[in-house]
Amino acid sequence: MKNRFIAVSQRVAQTIPVVVGVVVISFLLTRALPGDPAVFFAGVAADEASIEQVRVALGLDKSLPQQFLIYVGDLLRGDLGQSLSSGQPVLSDLASRLPASLELTLFALVISCLIAIPLGVLAATRPGSWVDHVCRVLVTAGVSLPTFFTGVVLIYFFYYLTGWAPAPLGRLDFLYIEPEHVTGFYLIDSLIANDMQTFAGTLKQLILPAATLSLFTLAPIARMTRSAMISALSSDYIRTARAAGLANGTILRTYALRNALLPVITTLGMVFSFSLGANVLVERVFAWPGIGSYAVDALIGSDYAAVQGFVLAMALLFVLVNLIIDLVYSLIDPRIGFTTNE
Amino acid sequence: MLKITNLAVSFNTRNGTVTAVRDISLDVAAGQKVGIVGESGSGKSVTAFSIMRLLDDGGQNDAGTIHYQDINLLQCSEQEMRDIRGREISMVFQNPRAALNPIRKVGYQIEDVLRRHSRSTRQSARRHAIEALSAVKINDPQAVYGRYPFELSGGMCQRVVIAIALACDPRLLIADEPTTGLDITTQKVVMELIDELITERQMSAILITHDLALAAQYCDHIVVMKDGEIVESGDSVTLFATPQHAYTRKLVNATPRTGASLRDLLPSPSDAKTSQLTNKVTSLAPARPAPLLEVNNLVKTFTTASGVVNAVKDVSFTIHRNESVGLVGESGSGKSTTSSLLMRLDHCSSGQILFEGRNLLDVTTKQFAKDPRRASLQMVFQDAGDSLNPRHTAEMLIVEPIARLTNMNRKEKKARVSELAQMVGLPEALLTRYQHQLSGGQKARVGIARAIALNPKLLILDEPTAALDVSIQAIVLNLLHDLRAELDMSYLFVSHDLRVVELMCDNVMVMRHGEIIERGSAKQVLQQPQHPYTRELLAAVPQSPELQYGPNTSNRAVL
Repeated sequence: MKNRFIAVSQRVAQTIPVVVGVVVISFLLTRALPGDPAVFFAGVAADEASIEQVRVALGLDKSLPQQFLIYVGDLLRGDLGQSLSSGQPVLSDLASRLPASLELTLFALVISCLIAIPLGVLAATRPGSWVDHVCRVLVTAGVSLPTFFTGVVLIYFFYYLTGWAPAPLGRLDFLYIEPEHVTGFYLIDSLIANDMQTFAGTLKQLILPAATLSLFTLAPIARMTRSAMISALSSDYIRTARAAGLANGTILRTYALRNALLPVITTLGMVFSFSLGANVLVERVFAWPGIGSYAVDALIGSDYAAVQGFVLAMALLFVLVNLIIDLVYSLIDPRIGFTTNE
Repeated sequence: MLKITNLAVSFNTRNGTVTAVRDISLDVAAGQKVGIVGESGSGKSVTAFSIMRLLDDGGQNDAGTIHYQDINLLQCSEQEMRDIRGREISMVFQNPRAALNPIRKVGYQIEDVLRRHSRSTRQSARRHAIEALSAVKINDPQAVYGRYPFELSGGMCQRVVIAIALACDPRLLIADEPTTGLDITTQKVVMELIDELITERQMSAILITHDLALAAQYCDHIVVMKDGEIVESGDSVTLFATPQHAYTRKLVNATPRTGASLRDLLPSPSDAKTSQLTNKVTSLAPARPAPLLEVNNLVKTFTTASGVVNAVKDVSFTIHRNESVGLVGESGSGKSTTSSLLMRLDHCSSGQILFEGRNLLDVTTKQFAKDPRRASLQMVFQDAGDSLNPRHTAEMLIVEPIARLTNMNRKEKKARVSELAQMVGLPEALLTRYQHQLSGGQKARVGIARAIALNPKLLILDEPTAALDVSIQAIVLNLLHDLRAELDMSYLFVSHDLRVVELMCDNVMVMRHGEIIERGSAKQVLQQPQHPYTRELLAAVPQSPELQYGPNTSNRAVL
């Protein structure tokens, strides 16, 4: 137990250098972007002198190390700078948009886990059966169909042809009032406010983009579940369990699935990380006011404070997700505490 | 109690149907202990799995019946089988560590079985599980209850597996190679535990093993299987005293034992190459030129999370030219660490290694891989299958060391490979095969050919025959013995099998906890051991009384 605690704190401590590295890289990366923010900021009619004035005002005339120190100082005060395009502080922009992306991604992940894990388990227990074939088709489709394409196809069928889904325009139809901001997740906030109408409205808006994203994330999870289950089921301890006459359910759940979940969780962490990035296209198609579309706009507009803020926020999120995955892993696998500090 | 009649089992594979067991009949009476003995591929495990109805996918019973008491097992529903498994018939497996769920506390794993067969309720499960653990003589069962398999030693894991198997008081226990992979002293403890528990509970048992002596020691009745058929069966005393079938005789002969020479292990003196060389060996032995390898005060310490481990403490020894030295010890004794230190695969903490009078430690381990002296020191590994690159053909494997350390051209290399193949008795047609297409004995030959490719002076053999069947082991041991004479090599023979060491070595060192506790000539150490630990090791070797006399006295029982 003590070993485990040491291993966990070591793992948490490992995030510190990563965070430092992230800050440095996000700073350098935005400095390397093409386009001169001073020119952009000064406007179309500006002359040399006023551009120079803006440059000095933005602190861009100073040397890189100096700029970095100022940047770090601002960061420590929680100041990510001002967005040029929206005129708002970047921090508040991100705070209002991040929950939208997170809600979409997490909801999609929950859906895909609920489908992919049972599907993978069934496919593994009945190799060659129709379930296995369905699994294979879904996995192939998920990998090969780009999200913007599935998104558009879903809109075409469920909005344009049948009209079952609402217009793909953001998080909530204008008929509804936004729930009071608590977590920023409309589903949760509307439940807190006990506003079932808004909850239903949010769910309706969410279902198509989430389905699009989950078809994409389902593939790796289902595939990993299937192969991990197959190898777990052919292992010696399953044979022991069967020789002891244990019930099929116990063997599948307690013996095979718990062991098979270990690689699945690792995959889940990766899938979550890359789907946050892959969101951009889905957000575009469904006019979702998320962090992805915000970043694309900022990049096109040479809005470097916003880009910097986005890169930083995403990187920190990745670090956090990986930390959580590792901690969950060590909860499930008792061997972890001993193998990490060899 | 158990009656198998005309059982036939086959497997559907990609290359068609393979018959694993053909027309087997076998009876196990109440309280009887039956041993099924055979080499790999003989169908002994398939028979056991058929009884449990746990055949792998593609396996099917083609004919015959298996009756347990009055139940026809082959016609039971899967649900009925689940009630029988664990409660009426249980099984203990080889490789105990893998046989337990790695991420579930062992106590819970025992509880699962107890709860399944309604032996315990939620409240009493813990108490019963702890009772089951103390029944298999685990000290401090309370603590072990909450452990995971990776926290327990191999012997402890096997006790837990036995506890699971016996938790619900089954009437028949099937033990499938229960001690393979365990140390010899642990093997003895585990076998005696099983024997005691079975006798105490008046159970019947089937012991499946490749080790004739083990089966003879613990079973009343023995069945010898070969290629899916029973070639001979009988009372274990008579069977060994008067083996009727040629195959049984071959097996009995091939088992290393006291008083038999290496040549006695071979089925017949037909091995022409072997018999020619015999005289040469004896003529070479007495001459004792300068020492080839001198090891002085070798020390290796590892630092791990749980503290400092002294794997090798102050070990010194000498190997002379053309001498064969045995290094004996159980797992964790430091014998494998010592051999990897000699091969410079690992840094040593302190000490001196002199090879032909020159210090081997004057170059770093990295540089040593390219050192010209590296050619004179070679190693043959335990599991030839695992130590060979699966993507290389036998020829590529043998060429590798030649290409690395010499400047031969293609033609010379080719000639050298065929020469080597001939020396180790590997048919040239097999050179284009990959390791999975070769048998265990052939893989061992490839491993040896690789090792002798550069005319080494010292060969370190790390349990070279541990993974082989006895009849193949006999052939490989003879081959190694002949090659030593032919190529004027010295051997450091690392093994846990004392009988093999006695056959192969001039001198023996016994290692324990990183120290050499006894050394001397093989005869002296193994026949008049001084150290209590050596005596313990020797006592643990399975001994059927008949084997001590050897098969030549077979007429005795007839008279």
